[in-house]
Amino acid sequence: MVLSAIGTLAYLVQRFSGAESTGLSRDVSWGLFIANYTFFVGVAASAVMVVLPYYVHDYKEFGRIAVFGEFLAVAAIAIAGLFIFVDVGQPLRSFNLLLHPTPGSPLFWNTIILPVYMVLNVLIAWAALGAEDKSIPPPWWIKPLIYISIPWAISIHTVTAFVYAGLPGRAFWNTAILAPRFLVSAFASGPALLIVMCIMIKRLTRFDPGKKALGQLGVIVAYSMILNLFFMVLEFFSSFYSSIPSHTHSLKYLFFGLEGHRMLVPWIWTSVSLAVVGTVLLVVPGVRRNDTMLAAACILVFISLWIDKGFCLVVAGFIPSPFGTITEYSPSMFEVVITIGVWAMGFLILSILYKIAISIKEEVMD
Amino acid sequence: MHVNRRKFLKIAGASTIVGILGGWSAVEVLVPGELDSEHRQSPEALTAKRWAMVVDMKRMDAATARDCIEACHRVHNVPDIDDPRSEVKWIWLEPFDRAFPLQNHEHTADPLTEQPFLVFCNHCDNPPCVRVCPTKATWKRDDGIVMMDQHRCIGCRYCMAACPYGSRSYNWKDPRPFIKSRNTEYPTRSGGVVEKCNFCAERLAQGLMPACVEASKGALVFGDLADPASKVREILRSRYTIRRKLSLGTEPSVFYMV
Amino acid sequence: MADEGKKVVDALRATGFFKPKKLYDGGKVLIGVVAFCVLVGFPFLYNRGKAAKVPEPELDTPAIQAMPEAQRMCIESKEYMRDNHMKILDDWRDGVVREAKRRYVASSKRSYTISLQNTCLECHSNYDNFCDRCHTYTGTKPYCWDCHLNKPKEWAAGKAEGEG
Repeated sequence: MVLSAIGTLAYLVQRFSGAESTGLSRDVSWGLFIANYTFFVGVAASAVMVVLPYYVHDYKEFGRIAVFGEFLAVAAIAIAGLFIFVDVGQPLRSFNLLLHPTPGSPLFWNTIILPVYMVLNVLIAWAALGAEDKSIPPPWWIKPLIYISIPWAISIHTVTAFVYAGLPGRAFWNTAILAPRFLVSAFASGPALLIVMCIMIKRLTRFDPGKKALGQLGVIVAYSMILNLFFMVLEFFSSFYSSIPSHTHSLKYLFFGLEGHRMLVPWIWTSVSLAVVGTVLLVVPGVRRNDTMLAAACILVFISLWIDKGFCLVVAGFIPSPFGTITEYSPSMFEVVITIGVWAMGFLILSILYKIAISIKEEVMD
Repeated sequence: MHVNRRKFLKIAGASTIVGILGGWSAVEVLVPGELDSEHRQSPEALTAKRWAMVVDMKRMDAATARDCIEACHRVHNVPDIDDPRSEVKWIWLEPFDRAFPLQNHEHTADPLTEQPFLVFCNHCDNPPCVRVCPTKATWKRDDGIVMMDQHRCIGCRYCMAACPYGSRSYNWKDPRPFIKSRNTEYPTRSGGVVEKCNFCAERLAQGLMPACVEASKGALVFGDLADPASKVREILRSRYTIRRKLSLGTEPSVFYMV
Repeated sequence: MADEGKKVVDALRATGFFKPKKLYDGGKVLIGVVAFCVLVGFPFLYNRGKAAKVPEPELDTPAIQAMPEAQRMCIESKEYMRDNHMKILDDWRDGVVREAKRRYVASSKRSYTISLQNTCLECHSNYDNFCDRCHTYTGTKPYCWDCHLNKPKEWAAGKAEGEG
């Protein structure tokens, strides 16, 4: 809560001193905020990884934690929305997004489908918890909502990918595999965070999410990470084998440095190393059975994916600029503090929601 | 206690929605009565089906280019910010390898590499920035101009990400303290909105040529691409011209005679 | 009639709502209520007897004074402008920027160039004593002036807000 307060203060300062207090520039006009927005939409989409097996394929183990996945989605959308709010130059004009709908714009669609997804998850989790509390089956209308939420979750992150993938001047993003990469890293990052949350819940409360559930989630993270790393290799191949400069330049800047500029190089290699270590750990069944090891592996994976999608991906797309020049970006103190503040607010929302869920589940246990 | 709280929240939610809808309809009902007035195009306005510009690089030397830039930025109260990270510019100079990266090579002819090129918004026929703007704050007019409505812009900068030419600038801070020469006939912008060349739409409406064209001593030719008799078409028929980043399919309306 | 009345009263009594009950922490509640009333009522009590003056926008500008009295009128009637200038400005904004229509033919059939800072402020060049009179009174903060120049001549001469 304190962090949320600090974040709010930092945001207010930034509003009054203008966006000059960010590290952004004419060449790199999106940075930490938009990158985090992208990352957390992914985390939100991952609720489907719990909902799909449980509700559609009757994988009973996930029944205990479905609500936690849905609440995580709610908090993640809240975080994503907050990041947009702090980034945009005229937030008080946000209503224009609804007054002047533009169906041709992916950002417009994101404005619609993200809040709807949040509402969907709130309704589903509310109904499920309420029913659990009274030890009765949930109301009939929860089923159609759940069936809608599954393709909806896929679509929110696909549309987020479309924000980037359709831009003709940004070859780093203009690849068909961007949406699959987004989805696959979402399905790794979200469940990874969920696993860590559940292990914390196991340690701090009387509610036990279930060993099998967590282990299975770990498998999902492992497979998603393998696919993610594979897709990255695919990107490398089609860019470097074709040698088309517009395709290779951003990757070169990111992984090897370009013309002496190497700011993101240590970051991306850290991300790759953490990804490899985390994935290898998760593939070992013994790790998935041990709570501490599982949590550690998931934390590594989460951090790795955050660096990749919540930072590097967006920044590297702008470098080099349309003129081939390189203007580097590093977030300013303000951006960092505001980011932490937004995370804190999201965590606060998550804590409140989880507290509700746990209280009900503990009551039912007695 | 459970039920009471839920009921309360449900009632609160429902009444909020009713309140908003009710308030909205009340406002609509109370809209002022109709006046017998109308909006018209000025009779002296210049019109076209597709405005386009030809840049004659043989007549565009550095001094003329500077005059064009100064004219544009003066007429439109464009701020003069030193820092290249936060600068705002509608029209400026770029060397050939940066303006035309796809046509540049190790042995590009000297006349091209030695003189900087005047660049500005291309007012593309297939503009990616217009496609992505979520509020239609930037759109393509019937006369081909890609226009900005700074009243509606929410400052999301999606258009800046979409433009393959880097034509757009964002106001990272309040531009007013940085405006060097002040034109009282045109507004400024505030912080938090994007701006770019608008082919002097406000001057065309008064029957005037764009400011840069007037200052260019004939090096800039502005006209209707859709009119076979226009000067731009005449030039394009007889002289070789290039456009920037053609392979991206944006169909720019700015032609460079090299 | 009395029977009906008695039935109603009995029914009300039966709900238990009107039974005398104990007010827990009664003293604290009472203090709270009194404090609340004092805090909320203070601005009203402090300003009793003082009415805020109804704003009078001034028309004493060189451009208006130069016009013969019979011809002194805004683009529409004073009453209409006072009530609807916001809507007119909205329509003007969309007309100029989005539809490229820069001529306004008023209901008087007179024609004007659409421009906030060049037409409206041409006559009403006394922003502080005109626009702001009512805006300050009502607490409205239109943000037109973030971009449009409310004092064009002063601004051109180098004096902006906070400058000189």
